[in-house]
Amino acid sequence: MKLKTKLLLSAVAVSSVLSSSAVLAQANEQFIGLPSYRVGPYASGGSGIYGGWIDYMNLVNARDGGVNGVKLSWEECETEYNTARGVECYERLKSKGASGNSAFMPLSTGITYAVIDKVAQDKIPLVTIGYGRTDASDGRVFPWVFPLLTNYWSQSTAKIKFIGQREGGMDKLKGKKIVNIYHDSAYGKETIPLLDVQAAKYGFTVVHIPVSHPGNEQQSQWLRVRQEKPDWVILRGWGVMNPTAIKAAAKIGFPRDKMVGVWWSGAEEDTVPAGAAAKGFITAGFNVAGTNYPVIKAIQDKVYKPGNGNMEDKARIGSVYYNRGVVHGIIAVEAIRTAQEKFGKGKVMTGEQMRWGFEHLDIDAKRLKALGAEGFMPDMKVTCLDHEGSGKVKFQQWDGKQWKVLTDWIDADKSIVRPMIEESAAKYAKEKGITPRDCSKEG
Amino acid sequence: MLYREAGQFKSSYTSDQQIFPIRQDRIGIMLLLLVAFVLVPGMADEYWLKGILIPFLVFSLAALGLNILTGYAGQLSLGSAAFMAVGAFASYNFMLRIDGMPLLVAFALGGVMAALVGIVFGLPSLRIKGFYLAVATLAAQFFIIWLLTKVSWFSNDSTSGVISAQEMEIFGYVFDSPESKYLLVLSIVTVMALMAKNMVRGAVGRAWMAVRDMDVAAEVIGIRIMHTKLLAFAVSSFYCGVAGALYAYAYIGTVEPEGFNLDLSFKILFMIIIGGVGSISGAFLGSAFIVLLPIFLDVLVQDVFAGLLPPSIASNLQLMVFGGLIIFFLIVEPHGLARLWQITKEKLRLWPFPH
Repeated sequence: MKLKTKLLLSAVAVSSVLSSSAVLAQANEQFIGLPSYRVGPYASGGSGIYGGWIDYMNLVNARDGGVNGVKLSWEECETEYNTARGVECYERLKSKGASGNSAFMPLSTGITYAVIDKVAQDKIPLVTIGYGRTDASDGRVFPWVFPLLTNYWSQSTAKIKFIGQREGGMDKLKGKKIVNIYHDSAYGKETIPLLDVQAAKYGFTVVHIPVSHPGNEQQSQWLRVRQEKPDWVILRGWGVMNPTAIKAAAKIGFPRDKMVGVWWSGAEEDTVPAGAAAKGFITAGFNVAGTNYPVIKAIQDKVYKPGNGNMEDKARIGSVYYNRGVVHGIIAVEAIRTAQEKFGKGKVMTGEQMRWGFEHLDIDAKRLKALGAEGFMPDMKVTCLDHEGSGKVKFQQWDGKQWKVLTDWIDADKSIVRPMIEESAAKYAKEKGITPRDCSKEG
Repeated sequence: MLYREAGQFKSSYTSDQQIFPIRQDRIGIMLLLLVAFVLVPGMADEYWLKGILIPFLVFSLAALGLNILTGYAGQLSLGSAAFMAVGAFASYNFMLRIDGMPLLVAFALGGVMAALVGIVFGLPSLRIKGFYLAVATLAAQFFIIWLLTKVSWFSNDSTSGVISAQEMEIFGYVFDSPESKYLLVLSIVTVMALMAKNMVRGAVGRAWMAVRDMDVAAEVIGIRIMHTKLLAFAVSSFYCGVAGALYAYAYIGTVEPEGFNLDLSFKILFMIIIGGVGSISGAFLGSAFIVLLPIFLDVLVQDVFAGLLPPSIASNLQLMVFGGLIIFFLIVEPHGLARLWQITKEKLRLWPFPH
């Protein structure tokens, strides 16, 4: 009993000493809370993305001494990809650091939905890169939410464009048949209306086949694919569903190079378990794989050589998830830089100033080159009206060992996506009693 | 010495039948409620209220519901999360589709809908028992989540299938500050916990316990099995339904059917196993253990051991310690934390002269 009390007391003492020293160091640091997940079913994604992100922030601190002298600081909070834990993390991280959490990027659509109302009250930008609430791209209704780079709807139009390219022109899509194999969840169903609209526009037929969670049994679905004899298959999968689908396609002899995956189907973690069957499989992505980019080289040089790297398995540097984390880091740091240009260089930005930074984020081709990320991620320009900022994706093909980039950046078809976004956002605004901002009055 | 009922004579039926017959218990509960209602909202900051106390109370209520079914009536259920989902989605639709629907009525109706669904899925319990019944309730878990995803009417045709809870307003007062939300949840949970305590002490609870201990014997002494079992399902689902509505309205705000998955059902089951099967306080203790301990471990690891451990070990360490503690407590006291508390009370009665 006594020993227990002693242990407890010493633990408390140690923690109080450590936390007080941490407070002192925070004075001139920009804090970013990281709601990471390194355990649970999606740990392979979470550890890669948050690892790459932390490595990039370490690089900025080590190479440039922070952003205009303001060092970056961060703290992780384990969410286990669980919405309730994510909300707890949001509350825990929100007032840490000198000016509170700079941006909340949970990498989980469930957590995104749960904090959408809270961020507007707490004045913290909610940044969801490549996932989250699609209609939040309408910045008039969602001033605090930034579904940057691309959303599921944009990506769906880019996929159809890609298929059109491969067929030799959009007019060649007429009479073709596309099967959409989707994860039977809110996430999986999100692109169905969009595919239907495009099918009507281009004259192809689309067949939707659901796969129930987790999707490790797909025999009946692929039997149906064989009966339908489609020209292309779109795989809107998640987790274990992806390698299972690829293997099932191989079994019925459906060509893998006629299968196009969403970016949650497009990492090494999805293709390697499928083995040789995955060769030729194509997927969309807003970042590419590989280490052959100056920014990755710089991380290897400045972060891993001194032994400060976050990844334990160094072979994963340059993987799809890792590079996606670096993209997260680049966007967060560039938003801080943009905000500082307006509100004072070398100062710690508040949540409101960070929001301005995200809304005026402009990473053009020149800036990408300076960052060493040319071709690594698409150029982007966010405005008050458009919180997506890009909509471009590249397509990559698995050659059996690694991902090979297949195309240049392919633009989304905004003429289809934008009206649907505005309609959905207007419905949300009505339900919630929000008056959309007038973007012509925003500075 | 302090905790001893010597000298407290019960001279009337009312004093003999009160919820807490021992004066020290009454004072203790009063103090606890006083702290919870007065001190905590004044002292605790936003993070404690929104991030820790509200989920703790909500999950306590859900665990309480399951404890009525599993702990008192002896019917194993793996569908608690689905009944929470019914409560959340039903309350949302009542608020959305009926103009001027009062919030508390919507919560209660959400609970009633959950109770009706609970009765339907409780019907197999009349024929099958134990693990086989668990499988039948598992069907409820999958069917309800599937239905809520499939039929977009439930989520008001939202493309992503999520619902966004309306503002909480009672008699013109808007519950939007963390303190007011906490007090609302606390009041509902306190009232429902007292109701549950009374129910299990009364004829209904005794019938449940008789069925749990041996249903044939219970039938022989004149307890209507069908009525008793279905009532247990209904009451339990009602509690889970209200907990689900509170989860959506007071805690998360925006929920998707996927959020009420099997994991959550298991979590609630673990709460009552660790807290104490067949005990009201056990639901609270178990919820505290399952909800708060991982958060405490995460804070400890991230703050105290920051930078000392590789990140993957830091995260997995929490799970290992958590799992280890579960095993430790189950070995030390298989009847749960509530039983530990009971033993403490018995020891306290004899203290300081145990012999």
